[in-house]
Amino acid sequence: MSEPFAEPPAVLATPDAVAEGLRAAGYLPDETIAGTVHLAAALEKPVLVEGPAGTGKTELAKSVARLTGARLIRLQCYEGLDEAKALYEWDYRKQLLRIQAGGVGGPGGEQWADVEDDIFSEHYLLRRPLLEAIRAEDDVVLLIDEVDRLDVETEALLLEILSDYQVSIPELGTVTARRRPLVFLTSNNSRELSEALKRRCLFLHVGYPSPEREREIVLARVPGISDRLAGQVATGVAGLRQMDLKKRPSVSETIDWARTLVLLGVETVDGEALLRHLHVLLKHQSDIELAGTRLARDTRPR
Amino acid sequence: MLTALEGLVAELREVGVPVPVSAVVDAARALTRIDVLDRGAVRVALRAVLIKDAGHLTVFDTVFDTFFALQEGTADGEDDDRGTTEGDGDATDPATSDDGDGDGDGGSGHSGRRGAPGGLQHLDDEALRDLLVRSLREEDAALLRALARVVVDRHGAVNPARPQDATYNLYRALRMIDSNGIATRLAAAADPGPDGDGVPSEVALLAAQAQVQRLGLALDTEIRRRLVAGRGAEDVARKLRTPLPENMAFLGASSLQVAAMRTALGPLARSLAARMAERRRRRRRGALDVRRTVRTAMSTGGVPVTPVFRRPHPAKPQLVVLADISGSVSTFATFTLQLIHALRSEFTSIRSFAFVDDIEEVTDLIGRAEDPTDIARLLNKAGAGVWLNGRSDYGNALSGFAERFASQLTRRTTVLVLGDARNNDLDPRTEALATVRRAAGAVHWLNPEPRESWNTGDSVIGRYAAHCDTVVECRTVRDLRAFTERLGAAGASLAPGVQPAAEGVGERRHDHAAEHHHHHH
Repeated sequence: MSEPFAEPPAVLATPDAVAEGLRAAGYLPDETIAGTVHLAAALEKPVLVEGPAGTGKTELAKSVARLTGARLIRLQCYEGLDEAKALYEWDYRKQLLRIQAGGVGGPGGEQWADVEDDIFSEHYLLRRPLLEAIRAEDDVVLLIDEVDRLDVETEALLLEILSDYQVSIPELGTVTARRRPLVFLTSNNSRELSEALKRRCLFLHVGYPSPEREREIVLARVPGISDRLAGQVATGVAGLRQMDLKKRPSVSETIDWARTLVLLGVETVDGEALLRHLHVLLKHQSDIELAGTRLARDTRPR
Repeated sequence: MLTALEGLVAELREVGVPVPVSAVVDAARALTRIDVLDRGAVRVALRAVLIKDAGHLTVFDTVFDTFFALQEGTADGEDDDRGTTEGDGDATDPATSDDGDGDGDGGSGHSGRRGAPGGLQHLDDEALRDLLVRSLREEDAALLRALARVVVDRHGAVNPARPQDATYNLYRALRMIDSNGIATRLAAAADPGPDGDGVPSEVALLAAQAQVQRLGLALDTEIRRRLVAGRGAEDVARKLRTPLPENMAFLGASSLQVAAMRTALGPLARSLAARMAERRRRRRRGALDVRRTVRTAMSTGGVPVTPVFRRPHPAKPQLVVLADISGSVSTFATFTLQLIHALRSEFTSIRSFAFVDDIEEVTDLIGRAEDPTDIARLLNKAGAGVWLNGRSDYGNALSGFAERFASQLTRRTTVLVLGDARNNDLDPRTEALATVRRAAGAVHWLNPEPRESWNTGDSVIGRYAAHCDTVVECRTVRDLRAFTERLGAAGASLAPGVQPAAEGVGERRHDHAAEHHHHHH
């Protein structure tokens, strides 16, 4: 990491430029999000985005890709994901064909040493997302989604890429990135990530947006909604999030609800309307009941 | 700037936030890449490189406000000096002096509609409240900061000679400006009610209460800024150090601290449950299952290619929790009960008993709690465990338990006793605990007191320790978490790594019991 920094593209040059660009790309960032994305580009470090589900963590990476005009490469993590699926795999079928075609060992056939060199070249390598991101000629944004679902051992796979932007392949040597991609890792914090991984990343906590920001998000994402209704939707959801629920309503659920309201032609929501639409916002029966009892307390006679 | 960074890092470490050297190097590098005059940007950058855990963000913000406190009258990017200088020498036009903090989060457009031209300090409280409601509603951070200065000026009574009063200063300022009233107004502004009668709905109120917390934060920042101006950052940090929620002692926790610990406990219980479940899944291989191996081998011509293993029996303990819920240790008891009940899938069964000077079963009561934080209230309402007066009588409680319930204990039962063993100089009746131990697989005692004060005064923990497998010092959420994890991992056997009871531990017969149950489940 001793080499001088490559200047980040103009759209990522200052936090304000990032904020501006993300807005244009349809993502409403707050100061922290814009500042961290700028810093990630300036320091060439990956960003670990953490926060509750449905707060736009994945969307952030997608929007940054849109903003920079880069290709998005996505690695969806799951339990049991291994090297062959994440990094690279030798295309053994192609290798076998090559050996047969060469007639190795037979009369007039090739020498094994030549063939060996040939079949362990990049031509016979199946690139999986991580290697793809490293080898890409164009600009890419690498999204490693739900990294907390990886097994602890597999997590170590990422370390080399995250710190040095390179991959070691025993037969080929070390493959280094031609240009360092922007890397986003998302986590729902279902388990504690290793210190080594955290140390290599910038940390960004994306919580639920404030009512004002959520109002703006609703306005931007739901066409035809009135300013007033958007404000009421944001307030209602913010209030629900204060209750002790199993799963608090996420931003995507807020947007769903706002869309429903627009479709139904509702112009103003009160406690009663919220009560009727609880099932759009809450996904657990016990949550619906809990919120229902609290809301029923204050529905006033009209 | 670098001195402030050093101070900040030192203080973070002091509080218990791990900051590796590499992060400090990154921080220094980050500062070369941003506009260091923009305080908002500095905060964001340092937070991104120094903090790696969402639970540490609040602590970071407090420490940052201490070490990167705004200096009065400097041209710092975030510093707007309207309405703060003594007297009314506020010559600058508010519209131009307000340069915001470059955050671009919709803060634009607030200039020009600010109150009286003479500065905010000439406004009366009522007008201030109006402005506060507006600043909170529109999330106008710059206006809120300016208002916080006036409020602290007027009501905070901050005395730099007494930094220890900061909480009181905050409380006083919030009270004088009537933060509850502001919440109500905020709610009414967001939701005027179906008839426009100004009666807001419950959700609007809840949302408003969350918003008013920002006012509390702004006031706290301002009070801290004044103290730092008078005393220097290091000194203020030392005097006002707030430990991380997981390191706060249960005993003597303030209501604010209890609230912070409660917020920390939720995610902790979730990640702990995930960890424990994963570990159980990981130890997937039991002994070789010969019958099924032979059966599988038939498909490969009798060659046992894939050996089949027995699934191990998850050695989930049955828990019986005896909790002292008298005033002094009730916080500890409710936290432990809450954590254990959040992990109920990790145990075969949990029965809870509450005692003060008598004991009764509260399993159903806790099961009924709508949310775990309700436990304390329910226990109090039911007056559980009280017989005569509200003073702990471990002897009576334990012998009551031994008499009525010892017959229901088995070798697979792990008994947890929660309490400080301060018996008010009554008869400890240790033979009752001995009876319990003979019946149960293991007895662990969790004591929220620091080890130094064990066996001092009326504490009889030493006499009980002779009849426990382990006595664990459990002062903080962190201790509690560590113990619970070992408990879930070790099944009914002795939790590994738990230091054995200090004095006179009897023979370890329960190890045998655990083995026994392992094989004949």
